[in-house]
Amino acid sequence: MAEADAAPLLAVSGLRKCYGSRTALDGVTLAVGRGEFVALLGPNGAGKSTLFQVLSGLFVADAGQVEVAGCDMQRAPVPALARTGIVFQQPTLDLDLTVLANLRFHARLHGLAPAHAQARIDAELARQGLAERAREPARALSGGNRRKVELARALVHEPALLLLDEPTVGLDPAARRHLLEQVHGLCAERGLGVLWATHLVDEAEAADRVVVLHHGRVRYAGPPAGLRAEAGAAALADAFLALTAPAP
Amino acid sequence: MSPAHALRALQAVAGRELAKYLRQYGRLLSSLVRPSLWLIVFAAGFQNVFGVAIVPPYETYISYREYIVPGLVGMVLLFNGMQSSLAMVYDREMGMMRLLLTAPLPRAWLLFCKLAAGTLLSVLQAYAFLAIAWLFDAGIPFAGWLTAMPAIVLGGMMLGALGLLLSVYVRQLENFAGTMNFVIFPMFFVSSALYPLWKLRESGAEAVWQLARLNPFTHAVEAIRHALYGRFDGIAYAVVGASLVAFFALAARGYDPQRGLGRRAPPA
Repeated sequence: MAEADAAPLLAVSGLRKCYGSRTALDGVTLAVGRGEFVALLGPNGAGKSTLFQVLSGLFVADAGQVEVAGCDMQRAPVPALARTGIVFQQPTLDLDLTVLANLRFHARLHGLAPAHAQARIDAELARQGLAERAREPARALSGGNRRKVELARALVHEPALLLLDEPTVGLDPAARRHLLEQVHGLCAERGLGVLWATHLVDEAEAADRVVVLHHGRVRYAGPPAGLRAEAGAAALADAFLALTAPAP
Repeated sequence: MSPAHALRALQAVAGRELAKYLRQYGRLLSSLVRPSLWLIVFAAGFQNVFGVAIVPPYETYISYREYIVPGLVGMVLLFNGMQSSLAMVYDREMGMMRLLLTAPLPRAWLLFCKLAAGTLLSVLQAYAFLAIAWLFDAGIPFAGWLTAMPAIVLGGMMLGALGLLLSVYVRQLENFAGTMNFVIFPMFFVSSALYPLWKLRESGAEAVWQLARLNPFTHAVEAIRHALYGRFDGIAYAVVGASLVAFFALAARGYDPQRGLGRRAPPA
């Protein structure tokens, strides 16, 4: 488990977002430190997707603040986004383009010089074991390999913070485990801060910290053991269910 | 945003659009078949129905086929502008739009990259159509190919910006047929593309004539028409330029997370 720096890579405070009369986020506060793996746990409809849209600058919150490495996402989105890598829940590869063309597209959007971009793409594809498939159309890859390409793409510009929104949706157990191990490895090796949203409790077992989001509010933030203790449950899944159970 | 970064993003977006377009043979073909049919079949059928008087920029009587070439160039630009809008909606549904909008660049520049990419395709198609018009002896002077380029580029950008603006409000692909009916056809028919405006007035359709005069597509067509014969229609350029600025500003506002799309609920 990595020790988080004093100044967090991601600092979210008092985030509030409403759609008409519906409150999607209600005073959400959380932080991700350097080298820290934070699992954002929440049932469907908890507000995870809205939170990710705000964290990735797609939406602006009604109130509250998001800072990435000290850059305010609302006032200075460009430097904040430059330090952020994102794996979206929905697949975002252009299936007609080759794996290499997809990664080059991203590298150019991030302003990487061609030689540097190629070196970074080669390194990330090699890490994912996909160097041999660089010139294949993305459509030819399995779901698991497409996710690996999306992870490689999110890392090409060497972000400090990695946001993953339910990245294992649709993956088989082996691919899920591989992806999870890869990302844990990145925290340890590169000091990457990771926010991993999921509703699958087993993916949060090895997290440094767990943030439980329910009905747009943070219900728990702390180590997995603390969540078990708070709910008086032996298993994390039971603790999560107890915390997010509908009121009697 | 450094200039090098801005140019790399432009290269990425334009390169992707061009690569996709060149692979879509059906789109390539239909973009040329549509105006060619109008040029070859429609113009032949109506050759003797529409008498075209001598109006600027023409200095002599011209064939109806020659008259409608600028309007059909405009049609190519109009359809491609709407096609670019469709591509934006498709990218949004497929998730690619998120990738684009989370790039570390000002949102307006990212939209401009999209607009420039769409305009590049529009201009290429417009010149491919001019080549077809030449093959069918439509009477457009070769020098006009060069002198019309600024008008074709500006018209393509204006209609592309209109497409961008529509993509803010057209939420789903299946709603696109409505856009065709409510935007493309009125813009095309209520304009000087197929008949000089005085014909509308002479026929007593005063309201249609007034609408056609206000239609920015009319001015795009007239800018191209004059430019093809080496003439400069200042009013047409001014209207097209002002419409471009207005459409693009509204589209940029629509894509602004603080004002536009961000105010709506995310898809489930």
